[in-house]
Amino acid sequence: MDDSNQGWAPLLAVKGVTLQYKTQHHLVTATYRVSFDVALADRFVVLGPSGCGKSTILKAVGGYMAPTEGSIELKGQMIRRPGPDRVMVFQEFDQLLPWKTVKKNVMFALQSSRKLHGKAAEDQAMRYIEKVNLAKFANSYPHTLSGGMKQRVAIARALAMEADILLMDEPFAALDALTRHRMQDELLQLWEDTRFTMLFVTHSIPEAVRVGNRILLLSPHPGQVVGELNSDGDDTIDPASGRKLSDRIHDTLFADRIEEHEAAHHG
Amino acid sequence: MADVRAPGRPMSPAVPPKRPEYMRDTVASRDFGVVEKPLTVWQRLANQGWLRKAIILTVIASAWELYARHLNNPLLVPTFTATLEAFQAAIASGDIPQKVANSVVLLLKGYALGLSLAMLFTALAIMSQFGSDLLETLTSAFNPLPAIALLPLALIWFGLGDISIMFVLVHSVLWAVALNTHSGFRSVSNTMRMVGRNYGLKGPRFVAMILIPAAFPSILTGLKIGWAFAWRTLIAAELVFGVSSGKGGLGWYIYENKNMLDIPAVFAGLFTVILIGLFVENLFFRNIEIATVRRWGMQS
Repeated sequence: MDDSNQGWAPLLAVKGVTLQYKTQHHLVTATYRVSFDVALADRFVVLGPSGCGKSTILKAVGGYMAPTEGSIELKGQMIRRPGPDRVMVFQEFDQLLPWKTVKKNVMFALQSSRKLHGKAAEDQAMRYIEKVNLAKFANSYPHTLSGGMKQRVAIARALAMEADILLMDEPFAALDALTRHRMQDELLQLWEDTRFTMLFVTHSIPEAVRVGNRILLLSPHPGQVVGELNSDGDDTIDPASGRKLSDRIHDTLFADRIEEHEAAHHG
Repeated sequence: MADVRAPGRPMSPAVPPKRPEYMRDTVASRDFGVVEKPLTVWQRLANQGWLRKAIILTVIASAWELYARHLNNPLLVPTFTATLEAFQAAIASGDIPQKVANSVVLLLKGYALGLSLAMLFTALAIMSQFGSDLLETLTSAFNPLPAIALLPLALIWFGLGDISIMFVLVHSVLWAVALNTHSGFRSVSNTMRMVGRNYGLKGPRFVAMILIPAAFPSILTGLKIGWAFAWRTLIAAELVFGVSSGKGGLGWYIYENKNMLDIPAVFAGLFTVILIGLFVENLFFRNIEIATVRRWGMQS
């Protein structure tokens, strides 16, 4: 990977990160020496098949686990623990606190992190709830909302924090295809609006192509960087190879799988 | 269509028939005749839980009355009406209210002390592995031990009096509440914990703002079980101890009247025990449940 970043300083720098975690019986290496840089206002997608350690990378950037090797820096500061400068959006619906209404869930984030208090927190919460078109449901409890609405609340809560970077862990994976499509459009619209920086993890190639402007490809078991591609969101044909972006990604990731299968059969 | 692939016929792949396409406009919902229709009076009455239960209670009371009249032996089974009369008389004379007050004050003291200790133990348990091991070991050792079995020991240690009863009450409350709270904390989802830590919650703030509300269904169950255990233990302890420090409770009232062969009063005493149990369960805990876990959709 080319380390010279001409003309821009990375907001998030992941340098040679190896991540390992323990299960009951094994020490599992999730990623091996993964490096990448995320620039300000990037929609940086980490894409790979299941088991490539992409969610583990996100956890490490979130500060929930320490790398065995390498370092992760946000604005030049080492990441050591979870903090409100990096806000996570999870796939699971129970990321919303069921005992708080939509508005209180967003306010909870602002108040717990001591970012805003009282009226200011309420105003900020409502501003972002309106951005995701849920003003009518501000006083509803999460269990009365649909899956898509819950994820919109989680995104509003994350955006309201106005954090340095948004960490999204397959936020739309549990939604039906139609809702997922609409949520992707809304997310892009929100980005046009506020130009946040996000690190977005997914295993879906169409989602990566649509949502990202830069796509990091990871190989499975353990995750290693295969490459980084640019996307303009429209799955355009690459003049060099004459192939669509999604096909290029598919071939890259799929080729790995065939090799792995063969290795498994021969081994 | 019968027997498409009958044996003997040459196999041809099934082809779905070609049908014309069509598009239609849907009818606007206001043009429907009836979209919503109010339920009939009977249907609405049948939806009331209290009414269904009241009917069951009435049936039981009538059966009791009929059987007691048929038996005609007030020393064994007084009639429902005689019990009610004894109950009314005891309330009018201030006898039962006084005994209930004595019992409930003692009960609340023991309950509160048991809850405080349970809080202490669970706090230890979530802070350290040692605390967790300690709580699990103590709970598995003491939870199966009936509180009443500790009475003789309590008598020797603390003598006749409130302290002995408090001791057994604490024992009956502590383990049930601590066990439920602890297992509730442990079943809080990882996502929720990560959310709390993401927004900078740590230590006591994390426990108060994430763990306790997230584990509230289990905590509430613990509180209910603890209350029921405490209430039973108290009545049993009073029956065995009899009077303590000059003023008896409800258990003592039952015991005393049995000795005087005033059986309707014994029934009235039991009746009071049941009423208080129903009151606490159906009004107190039920309303907490409606205002919290049901409102939050954490329990249906």
